Amino acid sequence: MSALHSIKTQLKSFLTEIGELSLFTGRYFREAFKRPFEFKELLRQCYNMGNRSLLLVVITGFIIGLVLTLQTRPTLMEFGAVSWMPSMVSISIVREIGPIITALVCAGRIGSGIGAELGSMRVTEQIDAMEVSGTNPFKYLVVTRVLAVTLMLPLLVIIGDAIAIFGSFLVENIKGNVSFMLYFSQVFDALEFGDVIPATIKSFFFGLAIGIVGCFKGFYCEKGTEGVGKAANSAVVFTSLLLFIIDFIAVFVTDIFYDL
Amino acid sequence: MIEHNNISNREIVLELKNLHKHFGKNNVLNGFNMQLFKGENLVIMGKSGSGKSVMIKCLVGLLEADSGTITVMHNDITKLDQEALDILRADIGFLFQGSALYDSMTVRENLEFPLRRHTKKFGEHIDTETLVVEALENVGLASAIDLMPSELSGGMKRRVALARTLILQPKIILYDEPTSGLDPITAKEIIILMQDIQKKYGTSSLIITHDVDCARAISDRMILLIDGIDYAVGTYTELSVSKDPKIKAFFKH
Ligand SMILES: Nc1ncnc2c1ncn2[C@@H]1O[C@H](COP(=O)(O)OP(=O)(O)O)[C@@H](O)[C@H]1O
Ligand SMILES: [Mg+2]
Repeated sequence: MSALHSIKTQLKSFLTEIGELSLFTGRYFREAFKRPFEFKELLRQCYNMGNRSLLLVVITGFIIGLVLTLQTRPTLMEFGAVSWMPSMVSISIVREIGPIITALVCAGRIGSGIGAELGSMRVTEQIDAMEVSGTNPFKYLVVTRVLAVTLMLPLLVIIGDAIAIFGSFLVENIKGNVSFMLYFSQVFDALEFGDVIPATIKSFFFGLAIGIVGCFKGFYCEKGTEGVGKAANSAVVFTSLLLFIIDFIAVFVTDIFYDL
Repeated sequence: MIEHNNISNREIVLELKNLHKHFGKNNVLNGFNMQLFKGENLVIMGKSGSGKSVMIKCLVGLLEADSGTITVMHNDITKLDQEALDILRADIGFLFQGSALYDSMTVRENLEFPLRRHTKKFGEHIDTETLVVEALENVGLASAIDLMPSELSGGMKRRVALARTLILQPKIILYDEPTSGLDPITAKEIIILMQDIQKKYGTSSLIITHDVDCARAISDRMILLIDGIDYAVGTYTELSVSKDPKIKAFFKH
């Protein structure tokens, strides 16, 4: 009985959160197109975010490529289908594993960073200070950060994909003596625009989700130092959940387009 | 209530009438009244959590009051659009409780920040560098110009915040607990600085505090905020001899 009740209240607060988040997203789109544009701050944020997450994306991408290839190799060998490795690996990485892993890594790195940064700015009244000095804090802090992650994430996904496929090539090169030229010509034969375009569009939405949730949690952070920790933590948890929901919707939509 | 008559014919620069504000079930302000006269130092004292910061944030439109009128230099701030509100805010300096310096910016960038928007106030040929250096010299910290806030002590942060408040040459300054969190000697220095600024620029100041020493040193007039209303109004001397136990509690050491 009480377990059911707790699920009910949790679901209710989740739905309230979704509602508030939608309003916040609406405000983002309204303010994003209003002057003045904060170009300098946008560039600074793009640089910061890329800089902070590049190494992480490279390392995880490389390991995913290695592991995926090592794990599937025995099965493919059993069926005498090792030559399918390049196309199998590149399609699964480009379509699904690359975007979602990169987005999850960035939710942990960028999303929590934004949540903590804006949260501490809220708690220490820096956001209020900005507002009374004539700068719209929503434009200066939120719009620039959300736009920066939305632009940077597809870029990071492409880098992550490339590194993962390279990792896979290394295994094939060492274990199966496959040359660089052969491996990558098969990769490019296998990949179609129908794989790359939906994945890139999906990555934009992943970036948007990371930015919006991080900013939302930080901007409405509760008072006190524990509020900042909560903002950072719940930014990651909520974003991760949202990423899988977006992924699910994206697969659905892409599937409809394939059928056409 | 004690009334103070000899300034009643002076110009009023800030006025709150019957201000109400609540958060959920928490009724913070229940009809608060206040008048700030031109050139005076008005101290508002109240216990921690009594709604002093809420009151001062309603004054500049950072929080929306439930009801009541807020008049700032003859403008009803609830009726202003964003543009007009921003212009009005350039004439009001706000020193935040914890200094509120921007962590990610140097002292110089902190001081330049208000100038981004309010360049009009100084005409076409504004020399940012001169304004920044001058503001820092006013608080005796010209050498800290390229430091980050994290490299400053609490007292230095408060001074830089004060410089940032002064850079737009406001006519009114709102101080939210200017001496809280500082040791007595540093607090004294900040009070002297506030007095110097008042002499130099003739600003009107609203000072929120629960520090009796600060109130005695700086106040022309005081208001005690108790139970969400302006419970008592008068000079320090008048209030400090009151028999009312609620008022006496503030002046006991
Ligand atoms: N944004 C807010 N949301 C909810 N409650 C608030 C908010 N700001 C202040 N309060 C509540 O209002 C009361 C007065 O707070 P405040 O004005 O900060 O006190 P102080 O007099 O110490 O400055 C407190 O009980 C505080 O919890
Ligand atoms: Mg306060």
